[in-house]
Amino acid sequence: MNVRLYVWQRATAAVMAPLVLGHIAVIFYATRQGLSAADILARTRGSIVWAAYYGVFVAAASIHASIGVRNILSEWSPLTERRAGYLAILFGLLLALLGARAVAAVVLS
Amino acid sequence: MSEIPSELSVSLWRGAQQGRYESYTVPRRESQTVLDVVTFVQRHLDPTLSYRFACRVGVCGSCAMTVNGKPRWTCRTHVAKVADSGRLEIGPLENLPVIKDLTTDMEEFFQKWQRAKGVFAPSQTRHDAIAQIRPDRPARVAADAAIECINCGVCYAGCDTVRWNSAYLGPAALTRAWTLVNDERDSGNSERLQAVAADGGCHSCHSHQSCQELCPQTLNPTAAIAALKRRTTAAYLKGEIKA
Repeated sequence: MNVRLYVWQRATAAVMAPLVLGHIAVIFYATRQGLSAADILARTRGSIVWAAYYGVFVAAASIHASIGVRNILSEWSPLTERRAGYLAILFGLLLALLGARAVAAVVLS
Repeated sequence: MSEIPSELSVSLWRGAQQGRYESYTVPRRESQTVLDVVTFVQRHLDPTLSYRFACRVGVCGSCAMTVNGKPRWTCRTHVAKVADSGRLEIGPLENLPVIKDLTTDMEEFFQKWQRAKGVFAPSQTRHDAIAQIRPDRPARVAADAAIECINCGVCYAGCDTVRWNSAYLGPAALTRAWTLVNDERDSGNSERLQAVAADGGCHSCHSHQSCQELCPQTLNPTAAIAALKRRTTAAYLKGEIKA
């Protein structure tokens, strides 16, 4: 861990904190209102706001988690720091891909 | 103290990195320290036992060992305080290579002080007037962080991050760096902040606070490292240091 990764991890955490609260509020709202999948998709499809909200969420989570995984790998596995870094980048890209796919599924019509 | 048992069962690490614990029976005495126990074994039971000490009064920082699983300064650790079950297990400090028995190689520990730029970089010469620094100035108060450090290595031996990451500079070196960052007479801060912000520097600390709990001088390296994190982050965001 160096200062650049530290700043990125803290900054993405700061971005995610309000997004997590909003995400939980959305879950509460959807379940308490008894929204069906079709109701939810009707609200999210074509919405730039929901695409931006969860797009930013996915990007922040991918960066944040991959830095954490790099740390865990370099401390707890026999991998060198460089190899742990490469594996963590792959993990971050995988998270970003899966997340983008999920966002696309709910906002693209 | 009339209820103390007459003897103490002691296990001491014998060998180098590979070795085993061997048992000894040592007479129990009033106000006995762990260093007294080790010294008794060396002088009366086995003169080949290797261990390190100098001052015996908690100043030199030479005699730290692992006592019943925790790193401690043995000259100021009373047996009554640590041998609850009447047994003592004494080994070399962890996270350092063992030379023989209870002595460890401290070279890496002190090299990390150098890597953290823990050396004072003077900004003036002997021809200049002595710097006037008020004792209540915030920087002077913060500089107290490592002034009482005796370089015993207890914090380093008790640090999980050092155990997991051999490149980590460790609590003692980083606390020393924080003291110098706050020393108004020092001129080496840009290099120092750069050194402690690199891989293995202050940002590797997980804030487990073992150093704070174990430090025999009751210093708080965790707080010093946290302050270094803040200072280096600000310097990085201002472009004063690079990652």
